[in-house]
Amino acid sequence: MLISGAKIVVETLIEQGCDTVFGYPGGQVINLFDELYLCRDRIDHILTAHEQGAAHAADGYARATGKVGVVIATSGPGATNLVTGIATAFLDSVPMVAITGNVPCGLIGRDSFQEVDIVGVTMPITKHNFIVKDIRELADTLRMAFKIAKSGRPGPVLVDIPKDVQVAKCEFEPKAQPVIPYPLPFASDDKLEQAAALIDKAERPYIYFGGGIIAGKASDELIALAEKIDAPMGCSLMGLSAVPSAHPKFLGMQGMHGHYASSVAEDEADLVITLGARFSDRATGNKNRFAQNFKLIHIDIDGAELHKNIPADLAVKGDIKDAAARLTELVTKKERPEWQKRIAGLREEERLRTEQALSKSYGKDCGNCSAPCDKTGLPADQRLRPYDIVDIISSHAGDAVVVTDVGQHQMWAAQRYPLKKPRTFLTSGGLGTMGYGMGAAIGASAAGKHTVLFTGDGSFGMNLNELATAVTQETPLVIVIMNNGVLGMVRQWQTLFFDKHYSNTTLSRKTDFVKLAEAFGAEGRRCFTAEQLEEAAKEAFAHKGPFVLDCVVDCDEFVLPMLPPGGSIDDIITEIK
Amino acid sequence: MDQYVIGVIVSNVSGVLSRVSGMFTRRGFNIDCLTVGETESSGFSRITVAFRGDDEIKDRIVQQLQKLHDVREVEVLNKNETVIRELLLIKVRNKAEYRQDIMTAVEIFRSKIVDYSPTALVCELTGETSKIDAFIELLKPYGIMEMCRTGIVAIERGENCLKTVK
Repeated sequence: MLISGAKIVVETLIEQGCDTVFGYPGGQVINLFDELYLCRDRIDHILTAHEQGAAHAADGYARATGKVGVVIATSGPGATNLVTGIATAFLDSVPMVAITGNVPCGLIGRDSFQEVDIVGVTMPITKHNFIVKDIRELADTLRMAFKIAKSGRPGPVLVDIPKDVQVAKCEFEPKAQPVIPYPLPFASDDKLEQAAALIDKAERPYIYFGGGIIAGKASDELIALAEKIDAPMGCSLMGLSAVPSAHPKFLGMQGMHGHYASSVAEDEADLVITLGARFSDRATGNKNRFAQNFKLIHIDIDGAELHKNIPADLAVKGDIKDAAARLTELVTKKERPEWQKRIAGLREEERLRTEQALSKSYGKDCGNCSAPCDKTGLPADQRLRPYDIVDIISSHAGDAVVVTDVGQHQMWAAQRYPLKKPRTFLTSGGLGTMGYGMGAAIGASAAGKHTVLFTGDGSFGMNLNELATAVTQETPLVIVIMNNGVLGMVRQWQTLFFDKHYSNTTLSRKTDFVKLAEAFGAEGRRCFTAEQLEEAAKEAFAHKGPFVLDCVVDCDEFVLPMLPPGGSIDDIITEIK
Repeated sequence: MDQYVIGVIVSNVSGVLSRVSGMFTRRGFNIDCLTVGETESSGFSRITVAFRGDDEIKDRIVQQLQKLHDVREVEVLNKNETVIRELLLIKVRNKAEYRQDIMTAVEIFRSKIVDYSPTALVCELTGETSKIDAFIELLKPYGIMEMCRTGIVAIERGENCLKTVK
């Protein structure tokens, strides 16, 4: 039967197992949206307030479920509004298919109304992209887009479809099954035997893992390896939630704002086994100092990551789940009591340092900023502290998916939130996209997950328009704004490295987030103290739709510890004098 | 820093040159020259890239190229086992006082004069990069009006082939 290109798109999406798409209509996708309307009982479309929100929502949906997230936008500005969302997904290896409309083929290249070469624009931020100029190639191109997005190291793929291709008609035969990903690379026996030999010889092995464990569904294999060789584990920001935070072998995130114990343990190790991580500069600090004291085994699915940032003594390309399982078979079961004693010591040291840092009261020397903490009228020691906020929220949130924006609140949540299951911590790690949170939270909620968003007043301000979407969708979403009236992370750098020149980081805004929530049709409460937050959190988690908790915190709360940019473990800052 | 020459077989689809050259740009690798052309099978094109760098950079470039969806084969060509050629077209002033010198240079370099006018000569020369460089250097004093060179193409000697025919 002859059907239109627009219908082919929708039928192919359904064929690929897609039941929810995010997007925003426009002139060059109006045909596609007509088909979405006609097929609305088979596929949901969630309309966001802005295409960026839709892209982040597709990303959040993909991270929360492991499925491919799909976003649809029109040509020109619709397409360019996706760019930040696509780049965010690319840097964090999130499977996504972005579909854009474009002007009809005959108008391409003539600077037509709302024409942009989105394939050119997104070339460096996609795994691959396509423009479909022949309707006969449309279905197979979309299938290939899904295949590429979910194969190997996942990532975003864009398909640009000119309007005349959506209008044209062509035969279409649906496939019985979604496309099967390309076979995964297979770690060689030889390399794994070498790795096992290095591990058996090591006295102080340490496992560093990243988001590859989550993407590769390798949590159980990772834990089995750590337990068999009696090695502590730490992770990158992207690795969070791969193992339960409370696992006895897990020391937490490491890197710029990582846990003291994991960062020091790694430095004292004689062998670091890296699984599914890429050594971002935020994780390593000074690259020349980073791997000085230990031998390094690096196992990753993407051969281009091996030796890219940190040269490894042994580099293994392979599917992480399979490689970790086979490596566990090969290693000798061993207890390393000396090393464990040292690790226990580091944990204790970290506990004391944290306690000490938390006992210090802030806000004494607030200067003349107009941060809301000045207006609480509370003595500094009675104000809400960031860790208290995370603790109170986590005690109410059950098994909710945690989403963050980017900044201080992100690091506090990353350091402190007790995570239990993979795919429950969604954050923009590689790109560090402020404004990621609202869209991603809507995407995770659309996948049927209860969701908590930690955000800051800066990040929230970037895409708070999506509160409208959350209200429309009746999203069960608790939005926790750590409201300090400043762009806290940059301010922290200005305090430490720029002589307290608070250039453009003091927001001086008069936004009332409670009234704002109400204006959007949501609920909101402002909290100055832990008691107030306890009460409000109960209400928030019992509420049906989105609920804003405006938590007022001091503008001089710092994220600690901190390895200064380009610094190393020797330069770790654990208190602000 | 060494110069490396890599041969890349790519799907013959629109945008593939941008993808390959764009990878070099955005990852900060410098290209000495890049040529692209048809192959024996219509579905594929062959790109020859020369760049300077160390062993580590070479490996990173190969790995990144292999990740591109349209790239089918990548091979670092062993320069001792490879025929490397470049084509030069160069236009020089045609003046009586040194016409004979130019003719001699053309003959010795096995170049060809492919256009002759009262005021200008166009010479064609094929060879390795160093030979082309030397020829240009030699013609400089006579007044080079314009020139263009293709960049290198390279093919391995003997049985070794770089191809994806399926």
